[in-house]
Amino acid sequence: MKPVKVLPGYVLRYTFVERLTHWTAALSYIYLLLSGLAFWTPWMWWVAIMLGGGPVCRAVHPWMGLIYTAAVIYMLREWLPDMRITQTDMEWKNHIRAYVTNEDEEMHPVQAIRGFDRFAPVDRFNLGQKYLFWVMFWGGIVLFLSGMVLWFTEYVPPALSFVRIVAVIVHAIAFLFTVAGFIIHVYMGTAVVRGGFSSVIRGEVTEGWARHHHRLWFDRITQASAAKK
Amino acid sequence: MPGKVLDIRAMSASTNPAPGIRSAPIVAKLIDTSSCIGCKACEVACQEWNDLPAETTVQVGTYQTLPETTPQFWNLIKFNEHESDDGAFHWLLRKDQCMHCADPGCMKACPAPGAIVQYNNGIVDFQQENCIGCGYCIAGCPFNIPKMSRQTKKVYKCTLCVDRVSVGLEPACIKACPTNCLTFGEKEVLLQKAESRVKQLKASGFLTAAVYNPLGVGGTGVVSILAYGANPEVYGLPKDPSVSWLVELWKSPLKWLGNFAIVAGIVGTFVHYLRFGPKSIPQDTKSDQPQAGGGQ
Repeated sequence: MKPVKVLPGYVLRYTFVERLTHWTAALSYIYLLLSGLAFWTPWMWWVAIMLGGGPVCRAVHPWMGLIYTAAVIYMLREWLPDMRITQTDMEWKNHIRAYVTNEDEEMHPVQAIRGFDRFAPVDRFNLGQKYLFWVMFWGGIVLFLSGMVLWFTEYVPPALSFVRIVAVIVHAIAFLFTVAGFIIHVYMGTAVVRGGFSSVIRGEVTEGWARHHHRLWFDRITQASAAKK
Repeated sequence: MPGKVLDIRAMSASTNPAPGIRSAPIVAKLIDTSSCIGCKACEVACQEWNDLPAETTVQVGTYQTLPETTPQFWNLIKFNEHESDDGAFHWLLRKDQCMHCADPGCMKACPAPGAIVQYNNGIVDFQQENCIGCGYCIAGCPFNIPKMSRQTKKVYKCTLCVDRVSVGLEPACIKACPTNCLTFGEKEVLLQKAESRVKQLKASGFLTAAVYNPLGVGGTGVVSILAYGANPEVYGLPKDPSVSWLVELWKSPLKWLGNFAIVAGIVGTFVHYLRFGPKSIPQDTKSDQPQAGGGQ
């Protein structure tokens, strides 16, 4: 594959295939979330009406589930080396409070925890992103397995009816875990970490962004490209 | 049926109270299993009245028509062969059908508004036009009654002939029964009748005879008299049926906890934004282009 051209001052953060995988998972998840919320509580039933009615949601939901499951499995293949939780992440975790309250910034150098990104540097993904990935991956696997029981519920033999009941509740619990991850992910990726959303659309981030948020990763790729030259 | 909504006492997945304001006595079907002769007239009457197509019978080793009720076979006489501890053989017949629970697990589990309704007279009825085919009612039912059609992806079960009952007729199975094993009427009256029949059975030597009207599901609209009432299992009935605690957990604490968590999460992120706002990138003038801001 020919190298992707990146504007000067920018680095490539997500390849086209990575972005495509992300959005396949994201859009299928959003459909699953909306139709699932309609099944979850009658207060959200209006969503099912907007999506074409209950039977349509019931029919499409499992197919979207297959797409989502395939996407997260492909994501695992793509990102497993980057998603392993390391010693550096544990270091970062010690300062998570500073990260959440934005004290890691250097906007006000006197008050801020100086150089947070220097003493708790981050590789390609920070610990929060890794947790999100594992919640969405294992959540996806659990939702897939319990969802298969619910998809073909009429084929469950009477003697195994407890499997159906367990599938119903496991599906609901896994859904709640992923929805927690989803809310935080969307909030962080769009509102808090500016540049995150466009990075997963266009694939590029500025060098400053990369150095600030993912110093270890940035050093790694710049050294690699310098070595190539 | 015109005005049917005025008879709806409860409905599935409703955010509002059900509209039923009419008063009606609770009805019931009484099955005296001790006088059932296994003629299956009720099975035929059910198929006939409801215009259900014939089911291919399945040999299960007894006279029983099918192993279980099906989407188009709602009334099944179960032929239970039972050997008691003293070696005596009993042929225990039971009419398997929807029990029309006062506190129906199917309705609790159903996510589709109005797909399962309960009328003022206690009849629990599926409204297939509102059914989405998820099968959650199957998980909610402690009696394994709702059956999903593989063709229509809707669930079906005994309606207690609500169409007949609402115009003052008795259900089709009752009308067909030749031994008066089946009777229909006000539940209060039938329960008294059942108690006197149980006394009679006890006097005849069936010392554990009992009325099967399980309170774990709030009592049922289909009440059975069991000659061996101490062990309803030998008839294939659960001893103390109730809606699975997992279904209760799912529809009560988990649901409210989940709803609270989702709303709290959304509110929490908003408040966090108001308090802390976005992260900004330090301006590292050494290498950043002036316009570089990470695509803000």
